[in-house]
Amino acid sequence: MPSAIPILPEGQLAPQLARYDAALRSRRLKSFAVALVIGVCIVLSAVMGEVKPAVFVQNSGRLGDYFWNIAPVLRPDHLGGDLAEWYWNLDHWLKLLWDTLLIAYLGTLLGGVGAFILCFLASANLVRSPFIRLTARRFLEFCRTVPELVFALLFVVAFGLGPLPGVLALAIHTMGALGKLFAEVVENIDMKPVDGATAAGATWVQTVRFAVVPQVNSNFASYALLRFEINVREASVMGFVGAGGIGQDLIEAIRKFYYSDVSAILLLIIATVMIIDLVTERLRHRLIGMESGR
Amino acid sequence: MSDPSAAPRARISPAPGDVARLAAAYPAALDPGIGPKLQAIASIGFAVLLAIYAGWQLGLDFGRLTSGIGQLLHFITLMMPPDPGTQLPLYIHALGETLAIAFLGTLLGAAIAFPFGFLAAKTVIPNIFAHFMVRRVLDTVRGIDKLIWALIYVTVVGLGPFAGILAIATSSIGEFGKLFSEAVEALDRKPVEGVTAAGGSKLEAVRFGMLPQVLPVLASQLLYYFESNARQSTIVGIVGAGGLGLHLAEQIRVLEWNKVSFLILMMLVMVAVIDFISSRLRFAIIGRNAGTDQ
Repeated sequence: MPSAIPILPEGQLAPQLARYDAALRSRRLKSFAVALVIGVCIVLSAVMGEVKPAVFVQNSGRLGDYFWNIAPVLRPDHLGGDLAEWYWNLDHWLKLLWDTLLIAYLGTLLGGVGAFILCFLASANLVRSPFIRLTARRFLEFCRTVPELVFALLFVVAFGLGPLPGVLALAIHTMGALGKLFAEVVENIDMKPVDGATAAGATWVQTVRFAVVPQVNSNFASYALLRFEINVREASVMGFVGAGGIGQDLIEAIRKFYYSDVSAILLLIIATVMIIDLVTERLRHRLIGMESGR
Repeated sequence: MSDPSAAPRARISPAPGDVARLAAAYPAALDPGIGPKLQAIASIGFAVLLAIYAGWQLGLDFGRLTSGIGQLLHFITLMMPPDPGTQLPLYIHALGETLAIAFLGTLLGAAIAFPFGFLAAKTVIPNIFAHFMVRRVLDTVRGIDKLIWALIYVTVVGLGPFAGILAIATSSIGEFGKLFSEAVEALDRKPVEGVTAAGGSKLEAVRFGMLPQVLPVLASQLLYYFESNARQSTIVGIVGAGGLGLHLAEQIRVLEWNKVSFLILMMLVMVAVIDFISSRLRFAIIGRNAGTDQ
């Protein structure tokens, strides 16, 4: 079947083609400019970052060797004995892992409570005074911009070694991160209940308690669970600076080249993180289901 | 209603019959019963009990908390004013290193994760087993904290910013792989079908059907992770992987509080500047509404 393709006469076609070429050329030029800027940044960064590809290629075998070395010796004929040797310190590691989870829990709880108190002050729809609102916002921003580990380093000096500085560092960072998210949730609520409570003569605290909190608490709980997940990961490295948890044994194993210990602890951490991810995901889906079922 | 002599106000009070009728129609509105309250008390009680248990298990000590806070306040007075001493050039160099770690780490991670994003997408690789395996590998990589990677790379490639770049890149692979695959799965199938219908191969379908759709999303995610990695790259130095963290950990150890506060200030300014530039760029790429503003 012959298909009919209408072809414009030459006089009409030429300017169209020229316009198409020009559009294409300007797009290509733009892409080229972006690529050039990125290329310059890469070269600058490579110089600053002391990237030496030759050395890396030369040493890249060592990365493979490292993972080969940390892999445990497992022979099928006496698997039980090999496993027992690999996880020779399991009781101690499980206790440290449990400590890590508790550090993450306490950090999330304390930080969540702090964020809960501050988020209402940082919300534009509840607080008219820009001074209070901006102060609360800047404070939360500071708390989340300084990394946990920097707080942990400072707190280890002030409070001494142990889980206490870890809990506090996580709590402060969590307060900053959750405070921002909570404030965003609060700013997106339905304002009618708030107007109703205000019209009925409620004080500010009563308004928050009866008009705002019922709207936001399942969202807050969902964000707090998500943060708990992140905090478990963070708590696993708090031990690097002496702030408790499994990190202290991990850094020792890596630094002193106790190869099989490294893989044993890493696997424990990965398994824990995955289990926590699964559990919190379930819980969050249930919370979100509750929210939409309303 | 404190002053009864004031002008009479119109109060809308329902007739007694109405109240009884409404109460009969909506029993839950007037008396929600003990159920929800009990549930709230039970969950709060559980959270508090778990916190008390955690405090006991971790051996948190109230005396140490109060004396530590005293110490901390003392340190803060010592931090004023922030002062780099004679080491300003060194710190500027460390700042450059930190930026290089964040930039190259993000870019390298994205470049490696890019093909994984397509491999882990259900719509590109229909083979459930392959896509499951790729996802699990990405999850495992993501489950290990950046700092652990940094520590491992320090033992493999030696001290310095290059180990930091590799650490940031490795954990970015896990994060980007997941995000990229979600972006690929969410895209519109029609252009892909169009390319296939016009006789394009599978690779051409990816290049001309998918890539133009996902590229802006990927670019904005890249910038977003650059922001977050800029924060992370300040701390990889704590384990010897270059950048500001190295100096920060050192100065905290020798209790040079003026330098500590100067370094923290540098971090804050750097993060603020990067946030500003990258959120501008992100808005330029994807439009103001689609972004998650800071």
